[in-house]
Amino acid sequence: MDDIVITGIGFTPVGEHWEVSLRELATDAALKAMQESGGLRPQAVYVANQYAPVLSRQANVGVLVADFIGLHDVEAATVEAGGASGMMALRAAYLAVASGEADVALALGVEKSTDRVGPDVETALSVVLDADYEAEHGLTPAAQAALLMQRYIHEYNAERAAFAAFPVLAHRNAVGNPAAMFRRAIKESTYHRATMLSDPLNLFDAAPLADGAAAVLVARRSVLPPEMPQPLVRIAGFGIANDTLALHDRDDPLDFAAVRSSVESACKRANCSLEEVDFFELYDAFSIYVPLILEAAGFAPRGEGWKMGQDGSLELDGKLPILTMGGLKARGNPGGATGLYQVAEAVMQLRGQAGDNQIPNARRALVQSLSGPASLAATTILEPAP
Amino acid sequence: MDISRHWRNRKQRYRLVGEVCPHCGAKLFPPRDVCPHCGMEAKTVETLVGTGTVYAFTTVRQAPSDFAEQSPYVVALISLDDGPMLTAQLTDLGDVEPYVGMRVEMVTRKLRNADDERGLIIYGYKFRPVLERALA
Ligand SMILES: [Zn+2]
Repeated sequence: MDDIVITGIGFTPVGEHWEVSLRELATDAALKAMQESGGLRPQAVYVANQYAPVLSRQANVGVLVADFIGLHDVEAATVEAGGASGMMALRAAYLAVASGEADVALALGVEKSTDRVGPDVETALSVVLDADYEAEHGLTPAAQAALLMQRYIHEYNAERAAFAAFPVLAHRNAVGNPAAMFRRAIKESTYHRATMLSDPLNLFDAAPLADGAAAVLVARRSVLPPEMPQPLVRIAGFGIANDTLALHDRDDPLDFAAVRSSVESACKRANCSLEEVDFFELYDAFSIYVPLILEAAGFAPRGEGWKMGQDGSLELDGKLPILTMGGLKARGNPGGATGLYQVAEAVMQLRGQAGDNQIPNARRALVQSLSGPASLAATTILEPAP
Repeated sequence: MDISRHWRNRKQRYRLVGEVCPHCGAKLFPPRDVCPHCGMEAKTVETLVGTGTVYAFTTVRQAPSDFAEQSPYVVALISLDDGPMLTAQLTDLGDVEPYVGMRVEMVTRKLRNADDERGLIIYGYKFRPVLERALA
């Protein structure tokens, strides 16, 4: 089959953009991605967004965004799959192009989360839970992560203090990312002094919701001119799997089974093994997710993922770098855009454009977004196009 | 205010009415009509016993607007003796510090005030420590 390649990426800085609207953020990212692609125009636009209907009273974001980036008479729709929305928009663009229905497709994620503040935001965040059986009992995403964290520590005798390693790593890597929300390293002592959100989970265990937009343009290689402005990155495979929406409906809440399944099928499609993955952009919405993901993906034995934060293996020069540009924790978590930031950051690594954070010889990226506690796991494997 | 949604769930909220799978015998809560254990249709109504143990718990300190007036409160995953696990608040704790493995039982309590001028209150299940029974 013809290779499906990423021809261009674009994103805004992540943060609190009080003065900028949803449509302006999206336009900024889209135009950059199209410019990087030598002016290619997509025939299909898939826009990932999580919270505009509840926070900005705006649905039909796909059509809105396509309109404002000057694309008319194209296919345009919103993609919503919780925290995995961005990755699922890339999936939709990939399928459109792979099927031949489009030659070029745009995956774009945008979130404008600062239109509301305080408890209203907590309410909005809780819409990703099971409304009748989780949210109605006062559960929040942070509380749900706290339940996992407490049980993890209880079951495996993990050290509570060891969880500091993940946000500390994320913040250290964000220093070299000009688009990150927090470009400031934090000390372990700062982590341990942080405000408690939902015991034992503190403020630094939770990635901050933010504003931002990221865009990725994909095309079939055969339709491209021989010379493109940027090195091409190939989408080598996808693996997507769901699990129960509600955490309580799992036989074993500490097993992120969808992560395992989606990584296995992505590796199978890309014809590679875990050992051949050079770095892993994973979904650190909460610090407890990191060991649970590493274990389910197969990088650590069960109950021992937390130890990978202790031995340097996840650092930029370690055997499996993660969160290379700061992750959700320090780059920020712009909801529906997050998956496409993860992809764009992996593309920068594979092109050799990651600046101070460049991983030497980055030849294969594993990129994964989750909705909730791996209620959906969407995984892709990216490689430089030969 | 979505009154019909709360009215529709009243049997679950007040009495833990779930289902039992006629094919494999698994008890299901919340009801879901397709058995997750064997994949067969499961619509046989079954009221669960309402006792269980705490699998994990947390104190919510940053509550959504609907729960802001109760904050902080304790929410837990509870493994029911009947098999399923559910999410519910712990209540009537008094001086008792909850712990993983604590025995709890279902009670009906106010979940929250409805977001409504008519002053409606939404009730539902919470779990309290199993009371010490008077010894015979
Ligand atoms: Zn069954």
